[in-house]
Amino acid sequence: MTLGQQILQQLINGISLGSVYALIALGYTMVYGIIRLINFAHGEVFMIGAFVGYFIITLFKLPFILALIFAMIFCALLGIFMERLAYKPLRDAPRIAALMTAVGLSIFFQNLMVYLKWIGASPKAFPRVIEITRFEVIENVYLTSDKILTLGVALVLMLALQYVVHKTKMGKAMRAVSQDKDAAQLMGINVDSTISFTFALGSALAAAGGILYAVSYGKIIYNMGTMPGLKAFVSAVLGGIGSIPGAVAGGMLLGITENAVSAAGMSMLRDAVAFAILILILLIKPTGIFGKNTREKV
Amino acid sequence: MLKIDNLHVYYGAIHAIKGVTLEVQEGSIVTLIGANGAGKTTILRTVSGLERSKMGKIEFMGKDISNLPAPDIVKLGISHVPEGRRVFLGMSVLENLELGAFLSRDKKSIKESLENVFSHFPRLYERRQQIAGTLSGGEQQMLAMGRALMSKPKLMILDEPSMGLAPILVRQIFAIIEEIHKQGTTILLIEQNANMALSLADYGYVLETGKIVMHGRASELLQSEDVKRAYLGGA
Repeated sequence: MTLGQQILQQLINGISLGSVYALIALGYTMVYGIIRLINFAHGEVFMIGAFVGYFIITLFKLPFILALIFAMIFCALLGIFMERLAYKPLRDAPRIAALMTAVGLSIFFQNLMVYLKWIGASPKAFPRVIEITRFEVIENVYLTSDKILTLGVALVLMLALQYVVHKTKMGKAMRAVSQDKDAAQLMGINVDSTISFTFALGSALAAAGGILYAVSYGKIIYNMGTMPGLKAFVSAVLGGIGSIPGAVAGGMLLGITENAVSAAGMSMLRDAVAFAILILILLIKPTGIFGKNTREKV
Repeated sequence: MLKIDNLHVYYGAIHAIKGVTLEVQEGSIVTLIGANGAGKTTILRTVSGLERSKMGKIEFMGKDISNLPAPDIVKLGISHVPEGRRVFLGMSVLENLELGAFLSRDKKSIKESLENVFSHFPRLYERRQQIAGTLSGGEQQMLAMGRALMSKPKLMILDEPSMGLAPILVRQIFAIIEEIHKQGTTILLIEQNANMALSLADYGYVLETGKIVMHGRASELLQSEDVKRAYLGGA
């Protein structure tokens, strides 16, 4: 296997992992964009999405695609519920209060899962939803069917999101509210329902990410959201928090970097590298790759 | 058309508006003048539902609109051009204008509004694909006004449209306000540039630290010694 083939192979692996990070990072970034909150419970929505998918496939014997759709709907509702119950009452409170609530919610959801008898603390094997086959793209470079599934689903969802945000009324309302809440209200936009919609959208994408992650890794557990959640947070900051293309780029970049670190024989360091990136970006360019400094015009 | 009766607004413990009563007749241009911090903006923000009042009543076309949510007030036909323009800087001119018609589902009527806006502001048509953040201050003011027109308002309230603009642009903006008024939109205008505002308006109110201290026909206020001394920069 030549170096070039190896790089290409790791690039494929990196993009596949990165697309899962990107799906989660989108939720972080959209929620931050609209209410300036880092929703640290977002990783738990990802985990719950995977569990909902698991139960639909194992208990109801439904196909993967239906499990995906149902988990997305379930988590969208969960997102709305979470915002209404936990964050909305704190909207005018100091930001740290909402942040603490997010951390609290994250701990709550993890422990709730352990407490539930039919979930518990031990990992569960995620059913195989797709026959794993390998395709040789070029000599010695392989694409596996689960990676194709991950990339395909992620791509479709990102395109759908792009459409929603730019072409639909709710999407336009989202962008307006994230830029200027008062002005948005003066247009007749209902800020509360726009915020709910944003949570729903972000949570649905996290659920999809959770299921795709479970398909690749083959098992699910109550704390599976912690690491990918944090990595997605790093992705969102890397791309420029609040920026949708930034979240996608940041996720891909982080996925590729992690795989490169592993491939170089330092897989023990992959998490460390991810967080070193966070520290570096905060030191050097806190607005991230796509972040912009908006200045007021006089 | 718009009746404000004994309005009181607080910012936390600060009593910002202390019993303001004013009226805007349908088809008129009414101006509210006063120094910085007198509470002019607060009154407008309360009318359009961005601030809550503690006491008093706001009536629009016979309907009590006190403390209604902002979107409902837009629906009734009040459009607010806020202080500092507040256009959506990251969106194109066209997207900004489309948001102005957010509550309308009628594509044909939106298109009509758009044509109407472009007839008042040919500049916006030239720049329709441009991102609002790249417009000049005067163009952003035009965009803010155009956006407010998109909902076909019965009453348009403008908060300091002349702020930060060169005199030639101010005259242009005022000429357009007059045009919009001639098309049948009632206008409530806040200005620090009292001279221009009173020259344009039919009726004027003078606000000082949260209270109306004087009101009358705009032409009379222009001649009043008190107004001249305090707001028109001369004795």
